[in-house]
Amino acid sequence: MITGLGAAFFYLFAFIAILSAFMVIAARNPVHSVLYLILTFFNAAALFLLTGAEFLSMILLVVYVGAVAVLFLFVVMMLDVDFASMKRGALEYAPIGAVVGVVLAAELLIVLAGNATHIVAPAVTALPTPDPAVRHNTAALGDILYTDYIFYFQIAGMVLLVAMIGAIVLTLRAPRPNVKRQNMAGQVARTPADAIEVVDVETGKGI
Amino acid sequence: MFETYVIPGLIILLQTLVLLVALLVFTAFILYADRKIWAAVQSRRGPNVVGPWGLLQSFADLLKFVLKEPIVPSGSNKGIFLLAPFVSATLALAAWAVIPLADGWSIASVNVGILYVFAISSLEVYGVIMAGWASNSKYPFLGALRSAAQMVSYEVSIGFVIVTVLLCVGSLNLSDIVMAQTDGIGTRLGLPNTFLDWHWLGLLPMFVIFFISALAETNRPPFDLVEAESELVAGHMIEYSSTPYMLFMLGEYIAILLMCALTTVLFLGGWLPPFDFAPFTWLPGIFWFVLKLCMVFFMISMVKAFVPRYRYDQLMRLGWKVFLPISLFMVFATAAFLKLTGWA
Repeated sequence: MITGLGAAFFYLFAFIAILSAFMVIAARNPVHSVLYLILTFFNAAALFLLTGAEFLSMILLVVYVGAVAVLFLFVVMMLDVDFASMKRGALEYAPIGAVVGVVLAAELLIVLAGNATHIVAPAVTALPTPDPAVRHNTAALGDILYTDYIFYFQIAGMVLLVAMIGAIVLTLRAPRPNVKRQNMAGQVARTPADAIEVVDVETGKGI
Repeated sequence: MFETYVIPGLIILLQTLVLLVALLVFTAFILYADRKIWAAVQSRRGPNVVGPWGLLQSFADLLKFVLKEPIVPSGSNKGIFLLAPFVSATLALAAWAVIPLADGWSIASVNVGILYVFAISSLEVYGVIMAGWASNSKYPFLGALRSAAQMVSYEVSIGFVIVTVLLCVGSLNLSDIVMAQTDGIGTRLGLPNTFLDWHWLGLLPMFVIFFISALAETNRPPFDLVEAESELVAGHMIEYSSTPYMLFMLGEYIAILLMCALTTVLFLGGWLPPFDFAPFTWLPGIFWFVLKLCMVFFMISMVKAFVPRYRYDQLMRLGWKVFLPISLFMVFATAAFLKLTGWA
């Protein structure tokens, strides 16, 4: 339970997060939507920080806000969309959106209800929880990630590697002919001996 | 209520104010120093009119910027156009909250200090992107495109450099990183605590990579392709004038100073004196910190004067094909070395 100043900040960040999450779908301009999404991420990171999950909070900022959202923002900026026509057909999708929303809300409610009645898997409670004063968040996460869950961690890494190779293969093209490319090694390896030739020219002859 | 919240809150507010004012005044003189160094390399006088030796030039510039009329292009997206310089300046200033200026002299000594600085510096690209898009003009947008690709690329190698340092230290707290540098190569050889213990010697390749990546990350010459005046006029800043433009300049220079401070903390022993005996230990830690910071800035300034601007494909090649493999290998090599020798 968060009390005092922590609670005040919790309500502040939570309020901004919900407001900006609403603005993501309410904003007319898609670029504004993405910027509101970034603000939502930012406040989510602040909420993580309040609960003491400092590592998750910073990683959320570095990975999602600092890298993923930048690319996302660019894709949206480059799209030349007619905002008005896009909004016009939006109501047709309302039933599908409503179904997704209801499912999400139901899942959230189940999780919340489960939390309220303390139905937590015995395996989770059996795990020793490190004292935050002795072993802080980042180190504790590392302790678990590189011991008990090392295989899941490695598999996640492999999946990312495969995805990365896939992306590279998709964009790789055969080298086109007639394209001049810079050969760095060749340039650096040049010496005056093979670049300059001193010619003794006879007067009136030319080379 | 009053004693638990109001008084600590006021103290933090006061500390923040002192740091901000000191930082802004320092930035004014750093700007002057940058111009003077650049001028000296080119055999010019540099700013020499306002105040003795032109020392007050930056303050005259400040007045000039503030008093001019801010022009907002009619085709621009006004809200974001005016928000962008604030994002740029605020983020640059916010990162200073965790920098330890001397032993215990940081506004917030957080456990994930280095990650915080890394996160904030990765957010700085937003100021450029927002400005580039909101200006609704071709050159600013091209500048924003370049900036995003450049910053994301060089963050990768900066991340690996930081990982290497963290491997040697075992903590993400910036003060711990400095204190870990009291024990290093010098003390292993049986010498007293000197500058040989700092990370720059043990991690020399990473020091060089970090320095060059810091130049790219802050869009400093020779990597200032974002605002390359010969191609993009001034990149994302073309449409800006008066105070918003000044905020961009301020954000840029404070980000550069932040990178200098980070270099000092990670590699040059932070506030530690170069020799840990009598005449050197008399001076306070802040003196050594600022001295090292100025030294790093001098190097950055000299790079601007000496090195011609990179071409964009060369910049990308350097980031992805040179720095990334080297830093990845160094992470592996450092981890293996620490594990095998048991130094960590």
